[in-house]
Amino acid sequence: MIRIFSMLVGAFFSLALLWSAGKGTVAYISEPPAKTVEAEFHQHPKALSLSSDGAFGKFDRQQLQRGFQVYSEVCATCHAIKQVSYGDLRELGYNEAEVKAIAAKAQVPEYNPATGEVKQHPGALKDHFPPVVYGGAGSPPDLSLIAKARHGGAAYIYSLLTGYADQAGYKNEKGEELLKKFPDAKTPDGLFFNPYFANLNIAMPQPLVSDGQVSYKDGTKASVDQMAQDVSAFLVWTAEPKLEKRHQTGWPVLGFLIFATVLAYMAYRTVWAEKKGH
Amino acid sequence: MSFPWANEYKPSHPAMVWLDEKLPLPRFVYNAIGAGYPVPRNLNYMYNFGVLAGFCLVIQIVTGVVLAMHYAANTGVAFNSTEHIMRDVNWGWMLRYGHANGASAFFVVVYFHIFRGFFYGSYKAPREMIWLLGVAIFLLMMATAFMGYVLPWGQMSYWGAKVITGLFGAIPLVGEPIQTWLLGGFAPDQAALNRFFSLHFLLPFVILGVVILHIWALHIPGSTNPTGVEVKQESDTVPFHPYYTAKDGFGLGVFLIFYCAMLFFAPNALGHPDNYIPANPMQTPAHIVPEWYFWPFYAILRAFTQNFLFFPAKLMGVLAMFSSILVWFLLPWLDKSPVRSGHFRPTFRKFFWLLVIDVAVLGYCGGSPAEEPYVIISQIAALYYFAHFFIILPLVSMTEKPLPLPFSITEAVLGADEAAALAPSAAPAE
Ligand code: HEC
Ligand code: HEM
Repeated sequence: MIRIFSMLVGAFFSLALLWSAGKGTVAYISEPPAKTVEAEFHQHPKALSLSSDGAFGKFDRQQLQRGFQVYSEVCATCHAIKQVSYGDLRELGYNEAEVKAIAAKAQVPEYNPATGEVKQHPGALKDHFPPVVYGGAGSPPDLSLIAKARHGGAAYIYSLLTGYADQAGYKNEKGEELLKKFPDAKTPDGLFFNPYFANLNIAMPQPLVSDGQVSYKDGTKASVDQMAQDVSAFLVWTAEPKLEKRHQTGWPVLGFLIFATVLAYMAYRTVWAEKKGH
Repeated sequence: MSFPWANEYKPSHPAMVWLDEKLPLPRFVYNAIGAGYPVPRNLNYMYNFGVLAGFCLVIQIVTGVVLAMHYAANTGVAFNSTEHIMRDVNWGWMLRYGHANGASAFFVVVYFHIFRGFFYGSYKAPREMIWLLGVAIFLLMMATAFMGYVLPWGQMSYWGAKVITGLFGAIPLVGEPIQTWLLGGFAPDQAALNRFFSLHFLLPFVILGVVILHIWALHIPGSTNPTGVEVKQESDTVPFHPYYTAKDGFGLGVFLIFYCAMLFFAPNALGHPDNYIPANPMQTPAHIVPEWYFWPFYAILRAFTQNFLFFPAKLMGVLAMFSSILVWFLLPWLDKSPVRSGHFRPTFRKFFWLLVIDVAVLGYCGGSPAEEPYVIISQIAALYYFAHFFIILPLVSMTEKPLPLPFSITEAVLGADEAAALAPSAAPAE
C-alpha cells in the first residue's frame, strides 16, 4: 500500500520535472538567452602574490605601512575602514608614539546620549577610524572587510585598481571588440570602464593614476602597480588582522594532531592485533 | 539489553561500589560505550561517523556557548559584534572559525553517516526507530544551521532568511500569514534576528536529547555491520572498549586533522564572500545561495520552473524540497528487501552509486546561478532523485535476486573453517 502510494507521489514529481525540463528546453531552443556584455567581457582577477599568501604566509610589515600610506593619502577621502582602531596600527610595526600621532591627527565624532550632541575629538588608540563623509557619485563601501567580501580577494582589488581601460577599442582575449559587439554597452557618463568590475562600469574614478602619487617613506619607488599591490596587502590585513597568528597557531596544532593520530593508529593496531580479519 | 554474553560491570574500588549502589552511572557508561557493549567485530571505517557526529555536536555547543557570550542579537550591532569577536575577543577568531567550519564538518560527517545507512540498509527492521530519530536529527540540524547563518547579519544572512522564510509564503491561503508570523514582521528584522538567536541557542540541546534517544534505540538491536547478517554468537562481536574506542580514537584524529587544516588555513573557503558585507535590505545580492550543505535541496527547490496541473511552480518546488527529505522517513517501508547490505544486492548497489553521483550533481547545480545549463541538469538530477527513492527502491526490493549471504559474521571474517568459527571468543583486554 505504502509503496503504491509512494510510486504515485514519485510519478507526480517526476512528471512535473519532465514538464519543467521540456518547457525549459523548448524555450531555450526557440529563444536562446542573449549573450550579455558582462559574460563576454568581464575579466577574472590577475595573479597577485603577497607574503601573506598560503599556509606559511606572514605579513610584510614594510609593505603594510606603505599600503597604509596609500590608503591614508588616496583612498581615505572616500572610503572608511571602521572595523580598524588606531591601536591596531601597532601591529603594522609602528611604535606607540607614532600611532598616537596618527590618531591625534584624526577627528573622531562622539555621540553624547545625555545631550544628543555629537562632538569631535582628536583620535585615541581605542577609537576606530571614523566614518567618511562622501558627496560624489556612487557609494564607496567601507574597506575594512573588502578583501574577504569579494571573490578573488586581494588579487581582485589589485586588478580593479590597475584595470581601468579605455572602452573605445577595448578587446577581450578572443579579439572581439566590445563596442562593436555591444554598441549599446557604452559606459554611461559619470561611470568608468573597468573590465574587472562585475558590471564593467564603476562609479569610482581611477584612484591611482600616476607614478609617484605618494612618496614612500621607505624610499620604495611608488609606481601605480606598486601602490596597488601595497594597498591590497594592507586591505588583507584590515580584513584579517589575526591571519598571522592563525597560521602560527595552526602548525603546532596540526603537528600535534598528526603525532597523536599516529599514536592512536598504533594503539588501534595493537588492540586489534590478535583479531583476524583486520 | 544487548547480548547475553555482554561483560558485566564489576566495580572493584569501594568508592565505585558505593556509587554503583546509589547511582549506577558508571555502570550505565560501561554498558553504553564501554566493555559491556558487544559490537560486531567487522565494522569498517564507515562506522566511525556516528561517533564523529557526536563529537561535532560537542564542538558546536562549546564554541557556540562562548560565542554567545560576546555576540549581540541586534540588527544594528550584530555584524559588528561578530567582527568584534574576530578582532578583539581573545581567541575569538578561532571560536568563530571553529564554529562556522564546525557546522560544515558536522554536515560532511552526517552525510557520510546517512549514506552509510543507505548502503548497508541500516534503516531496516529492527532498526527503524534509530533511523527515524536520525532523520529527525538531520532536520533539526538544518533548522539550526539555517538560523545560525542569519546571526552574523551579513548580506547572505539577510537574503537567505528572506528567501527561506519566503518558501512558506508559497503555501496556498495561509502561506503569507505564516511567513509574517515566523518572521514577526514582513521582512527579516529585529524580531526575526532575536527569535532566530533564541532558537539557534535552544535547538542544539534538543538535538542532544534526540541523539541520546538515537543511541538508546541503537543499543537495543546493536549496530549493523557490512555483511548485514545479524550477530549470532559471541565470536561475532568484540566489546566496544577497547576495540572500538581505539578505532574511533584513530578516526577522531584523522577527522581533527582535516577540520583543523580548514580552520587554520582555509577558514573562508566554504563560506560566501557576501556575508562579509553588512545586511542591506535595499540591495539584493547578484546570486542568493545558501551554505554548501543545503545545495542539493536548493537545486531541487529551483528545479520546478513551471506550473503543473493546479500547482504553482513555487509550491511544487517547496513540496518537492520537503518531500526529498521526508521520504527518508518512509525508507524502512519502501525498501522491503530482506537483505540489508548493499554488498549482497547487485542491482541495488548500482543504483546506490548512481544516487551518490546524482546528489553531488544536484549539489553542484544548487551552488550555481539559476541559468542554463544548470537548470536543465538539476531537473534531470532531481528527476532521478525522486525516481530513486519513490519508485526504483521499492521496485528493486521486490524483483532483485540477492547474492548468497555468509552464515555468520565470524564466517565472513575468518572463512568457513569450523575451528575458526568456534575459536575462543573475544575477551576484553584487562
Ligand atoms: C573619489 C572617491 C574614491 C577614491 C579616492 C577611492 N574610491 Fe574606491 N570607490 C569609490 C566609489 C564611489 C566606489 C563604489 C563603486 C561602485 O559601486 O560602482 C568605490 C568602490 C571601491 C571598491 C569596491 C569595488 C566593488 O567590487 O564593489 C574597492 C575595492 C575600492 N573602491 C578600493 C579603493 C582603493 C583601494 C582606493 C585607494 C587607492 C580607492 N578605492 C579610492 C570611490 C573612491
Ligand atoms: C547543531 C549545532 C550547531 C550548528 C549546526 C550551528 C551552526 C551555525 C552557523 C552555520 C553559524 C553561522 C557561522 C558564521 O558564518 O558566522 C552559527 C553562528 C552562531 N552560533 Fe551556532 N551552530 C550550532 C550550535 C550552536 C550553539 C549550541 C550555540 C550557543 C549556545 C551557538 C551559537 C552561535 C552564535 C552566537 C552564532 C553567531 C556568531 C557567528 O556567526 O559566528 N551555535 N551557528
